[in-house]
Amino acid sequence: MNVPTADPALEADAAVERKKKSKKPKYSRFTQQELPACKPLLTPTIVISTFALIGILFIPIGLASLSASENVVEIVYRYDTECIPQQSQDDKVAFIQSSATDKTCRTTLTVPKNMKAPVHIYYELYNFYQNHRRYVKNRNDKQLRSKEYELETTNCAPEATTVDGSPIVPCGLIAWSLFNDTYSFAIQNKAIEVNKKNIAWQSDKDEKFGSDVYPKNFQQGGLIGGAKLNESIPLSEQEDLIVWMRTAALPQFRKLYGRIETDLVANEQISVTIQNNYNTYSFEGEKKLVLSTTSWIGGKNDFLGVAYLTVGSLCLFLALAFIVLYLLKPRTLGDPSYLSWNRNPDRH
Amino acid sequence: MMKRFVYINDDSSQNLYCDNRISNRKYTILNFLPKNLWEQFRRFMNQYFLLIACLQLWSLITPVNPASTWGPLIIIFAVSATKEAWDDYNRYLSDKQANEKEVWVVKDGIRKHIKAQDIHVGNIVWLRENDEVPCDLVLIGTSEPQGICYVETAALDGETDLKTRVLPSSCIGLTPEQLHKIKGVIECPNPDKDIRRFDSNMRLFPPFIDNDLCPLTIDNTLLQSCYLRNTEWACGVAVYTGNETKLGMSRGVPEPKLTAVDAMIDKLTGAIFLFQIVVVIVLGFAGNIWKDTEARKQWYAQYPEDGPWYELLVIPLRFELLCSIMIPISLKVSLDLVKSIYAKFIDWDEEMYDHETMTAPHAANTAISEDLGQVEYILTDKTGTLTENKMSFRRCCINGTFYGNESGDALKDVELLNAVINNVPDVIRFLTIMTICNTVVPVRSMSGNILYKAQSQDEDALVNAAARLHMVLISKNGNSLEINFNGKLIHYEILDTLEFTSERKRMSVVVKDSEDGKILLLSKGADEAILPLSYAGQQIRPFVDAVDQYAQLGLRTLCLGWRELKDDEYKDWSQAFKEARSTLVNREWKLDEVCQRLEHDLEVIGVTAVEDQLQDGVPETIETLRKAGINFWMLTGDKQKTAIQIALLCNFISSEPRGQLLFINGKTEDEVLRSLERVLLTMKITSSEPKDLAFVVDGWALEIILKQYRSVFTELAILSRTAICCRVTPSQKAQLVELLKSCDYRTLAIGDGGNDVRMIQNADIGVGISGREGLQAARAADYSIGKFRFLKRLILVHGRYSYNRTAFLSQYSFYKSLLICFIQIFFSFFSGVSGTSLFNSISLMAYNVFYTSVPVLTVVLDKDLTEKTVMQNPQILFYCQAGRLLNPSTFAGWFGRSLYHALVVFLITVHAYADEKSEMEQLSMVALSGCIWLQAFVVTIEMNSFTIFHHLAIWGNLLCFYGLNLMISAIPSAGLYTIMFRLCRQPSYWITLFLITVVGMGPVLALKYFRYTYRSSAINILQQAERSRVATFSIRDLDSQLKSIEKDVGSLASRNKFKSSVYEPLITDSPTATRRAVGPSAFDFLQPAQSRDDQNAGLLEIVCMLTE
Repeated sequence: MNVPTADPALEADAAVERKKKSKKPKYSRFTQQELPACKPLLTPTIVISTFALIGILFIPIGLASLSASENVVEIVYRYDTECIPQQSQDDKVAFIQSSATDKTCRTTLTVPKNMKAPVHIYYELYNFYQNHRRYVKNRNDKQLRSKEYELETTNCAPEATTVDGSPIVPCGLIAWSLFNDTYSFAIQNKAIEVNKKNIAWQSDKDEKFGSDVYPKNFQQGGLIGGAKLNESIPLSEQEDLIVWMRTAALPQFRKLYGRIETDLVANEQISVTIQNNYNTYSFEGEKKLVLSTTSWIGGKNDFLGVAYLTVGSLCLFLALAFIVLYLLKPRTLGDPSYLSWNRNPDRH
Repeated sequence: MMKRFVYINDDSSQNLYCDNRISNRKYTILNFLPKNLWEQFRRFMNQYFLLIACLQLWSLITPVNPASTWGPLIIIFAVSATKEAWDDYNRYLSDKQANEKEVWVVKDGIRKHIKAQDIHVGNIVWLRENDEVPCDLVLIGTSEPQGICYVETAALDGETDLKTRVLPSSCIGLTPEQLHKIKGVIECPNPDKDIRRFDSNMRLFPPFIDNDLCPLTIDNTLLQSCYLRNTEWACGVAVYTGNETKLGMSRGVPEPKLTAVDAMIDKLTGAIFLFQIVVVIVLGFAGNIWKDTEARKQWYAQYPEDGPWYELLVIPLRFELLCSIMIPISLKVSLDLVKSIYAKFIDWDEEMYDHETMTAPHAANTAISEDLGQVEYILTDKTGTLTENKMSFRRCCINGTFYGNESGDALKDVELLNAVINNVPDVIRFLTIMTICNTVVPVRSMSGNILYKAQSQDEDALVNAAARLHMVLISKNGNSLEINFNGKLIHYEILDTLEFTSERKRMSVVVKDSEDGKILLLSKGADEAILPLSYAGQQIRPFVDAVDQYAQLGLRTLCLGWRELKDDEYKDWSQAFKEARSTLVNREWKLDEVCQRLEHDLEVIGVTAVEDQLQDGVPETIETLRKAGINFWMLTGDKQKTAIQIALLCNFISSEPRGQLLFINGKTEDEVLRSLERVLLTMKITSSEPKDLAFVVDGWALEIILKQYRSVFTELAILSRTAICCRVTPSQKAQLVELLKSCDYRTLAIGDGGNDVRMIQNADIGVGISGREGLQAARAADYSIGKFRFLKRLILVHGRYSYNRTAFLSQYSFYKSLLICFIQIFFSFFSGVSGTSLFNSISLMAYNVFYTSVPVLTVVLDKDLTEKTVMQNPQILFYCQAGRLLNPSTFAGWFGRSLYHALVVFLITVHAYADEKSEMEQLSMVALSGCIWLQAFVVTIEMNSFTIFHHLAIWGNLLCFYGLNLMISAIPSAGLYTIMFRLCRQPSYWITLFLITVVGMGPVLALKYFRYTYRSSAINILQQAERSRVATFSIRDLDSQLKSIEKDVGSLASRNKFKSSVYEPLITDSPTATRRAVGPSAFDFLQPAQSRDDQNAGLLEIVCMLTE
């Protein structure tokens, strides 16, 4: 007998069997895709009540926002054209660029309603692109932060160094184009004090602008941009600069100039003296002076209130419309007779 | 033909060929980096991202930190490189293990232990029992005196039964001492990968043996990776070594399969790329114009008068970089991840675990699960796929006497038993042929029982049946064969075996009865291969009738025949046969011809009928999948009648009058063409009738058709939902798959045997049944399952879910990328078209890679309908098949939605954060928060079911966003310093976000609700049905309804398909669109048509797109 009596093949088979056995999937709710799940349905009840709820929520919020915004008292005065003398109206750019002209400009504003202190003073620029690709990155945060990085002027060209190569502090186009109009206010010839402290973010003063960094070589090149800086005050105290360097995302923006810490009474006449130095005339920009109180929602901005009221009422309308639709055309959800394959094809 | 000459035991010639070092490695340490990078960069997406990343290095144009692209890019590359490296390292380890295995090799006449890698061509390798064969050997000696040995070839072809290997005739009887000194030359073809053929010759040099040319076949070889079993020792000459072995040559990387969904995603990516180019050009122009007219006036920007030569390019390139995020870098990673999870779900699925054979389903190809949901044609093998391939001998007809007709089991037929006992000569002859004419190997088990190892289940059934009828095959050793008949031992000497091939369709053996020395030719085969060979004058009518009758019952028939050979006749023939066997060119064809010379004038003695039972659940599975709109083609090697019978049994076709079979036949080209055209005409005429039409074609006609009338046949293929192709060869099966693929159909091929491998590999999806014919098909397949009935679950559950999930995931990925990109574009209009980025680099990177990628991954757990509902309403698969959830229209919807959401986010942010609040960092963070909130709600509203993971990922992600940004806001050097703290304290921030969310999601919700309730798709209806309380009743109701009208559906579903249907958006469920999509009588997913005019429909479409 040549066929061996022992049969390893069978043993091997058994081994294969065992192996196969271990391949049996482990049952768990995850592996079987049977995790408990909630399956919300878009039933009329849920959808209609969602819309109704949103409507009911939105309208009060809208009203609150709107009234907050309405309670804000705001005086806006555009002065860029009015502050150019009649004879220079044809060539505003020449007027503003000339160092000889007197750029002082006076006007009177009437307080429409009582304004509770603090009254914020903003300047508003229009058509000024602080977010321009060439401009917005033209700064060096390292240099601003600490004295040891004084030489760090990457990204600052063309306002990085002076002609002889020493670094400009603060470097870059943003600092260089610092806004330099100034305002002073008086009521019945009595000057109102403008508090220019704490107009910048405290975090910027503490961390972003160094207290050991002093302006150097600033505005001393051939081309003068905006304001000059006092070289004896560290950057962390140059709050106008700090505010300016928080670049605006939109071409129309307001920046805090200072605060008036006294209440203003309705119908008071405020005389404003403006030093109209900043050139917005080259690019048809606008300059405005804004006096405004604030509310919990911020400055005067009706947008949120109006939007909430509109959206709220639209939601209520939709909820109503769906109710009407539901009553007019009731449909049984999940009626299998709607399935095409349950319908007799001849009916088509 | 290229040949190699192998000199046995000759050290001087051994360096001509490579040594036996196996290397499966793709890389070496040195070339890993360049080669891997090169491979990765062959993908268009990667090239694109690399270009973007390089452009970002140019600080003049980059809007963001280059790290925001380099980071993810490097991570993606590192992940796939690491995976490759790990795989390659593992391959290296297993190679090393194989290479350093010790083997016995004859060196200078002495056996020595050397490492496997040092084997050279010509060396003699000695193996012991249970050793693995280290390279391809020609067997020259074994421990068995009969000159045979047994091997297990499972690693090579997956077949687990033992195979017999025989010594070449000239080596029989050599002693081990002689084998040490043997010299000779083997003439063999250059290495190839055909594991079924080895057509070569061996000539031994004197003084060992006469200088005779000895033919070698695959039966004389031991191939690499096989195991020596049941044989004490064996030795062989190495002919192919290292990577040149049959195994090494067949090791190839199969072409990666691309799913329809992937193709669609690629197309959409291309479209987005074009869109991006357009945006870049337009904005680039606008930017340059603005720069020249406006920006030069903005003195604070200090634009120089003359820029460098490339100045005109700067702004367009900036926009290119800004818009580069339109193509989501995370898409590929997310898709790979979810696809591998789909595959795991298949592997894990307990309901597809076959308890009988203990096989778990396996997804070998993890990348094509979505295609399962889009299958349109299933091409199925019959034997072993639809049937169990567990054969049992049922009936037989011996010389006109039918046995087993009453009881249905011939083994219990008293008449037959009596005939055996009474030694009726015909019956004895019949049993002898059943017992001898086969390739079954009897193996005695430990308990003394005889087990039969058979490659063919039919032969197994016949031998076992003969054993039950007292004719037991006891042993088969080399040429001698022993039979125990009623306690009497009978010896036979096997002189020659005329093997079975699919062309010949028969096999024969020439044996010599040891008692009387008579030489007999015993044949068995298909009726058309045996009956024409009967001697002139034999009445073959009864056999034809028997075959017909059995085929009607769905039984597999074989005809048996024999004749006595005269000594001279055999001698002459034997010489010719030997010559034919040793030819190297066209051996198969020559053998075929020589065999025919012997196989004639047979006395046909009877017909056997073997039953192959249908697998469990086959009819239900076919019925369900048919309802799902999938067309079935049966491709079988079996004969027409049997195939039709099985087809009837498993609901494949309906019997008259509901169904009608159209036969395409004919012997000549003209006949075939006429028949084909007639069938096509009938098909066209009756296509509107509710009748199940199916055409039947046989291998012969198919051969002519595929050669000559492809176009007509293609037309027919498109019209026909069902086809039965019988008597087809493996290559014809593959050609049919190709034909359907060329018509742009998604094909799935399912089979179990080696003859299905080509079809499985060619089809879009190959499914293998790990069956009795070995694992060959299962190995070549993308998916392997234990039973045919699991196909239902594989397609309806796994395929459908995968498709739905990927459709959502991919479109969502584009949506979120487009959303942020549109905001950047809108912002550019507010920043002087200069290409400023609103968002900072960290936010952009985290947005793409983290915030928006994590929540959506929970889509792998999303289920729109329960598995039960899908199984009950398979028609719902139509949505996947027609690509209703991912196509340019749905994509346009997502595109519109991202545009709308970008507008909402941007406009609300800009208005709420105007004037004194318009600080850059704050505003950008508000906009980013808006996007994050919206995407969380978009994921929520698009998900259908919420598990704990969904809540964690969606709301946890939102919390993470705040946590992370608050953390960053605490770092003084970060640009975001204090920003998030400031925002979170502002009531206006929260009010703004609520506004963004409600304005963004309100219309989406309203339109979704409207469509859900008043324009519900079938999916919606079923969702409602399964979830509302009314439903429990309705579903049961529905079930009975479905049953009552199931036949209507069959005809309903006979879709006259236009490929454009793929592009029909889900929302154009309008009657006209559907009609165009699926033909006049087909699925209509909309309510009875209310006469809506086109304009209204169009308007609705546009609005719906926004929400879709």
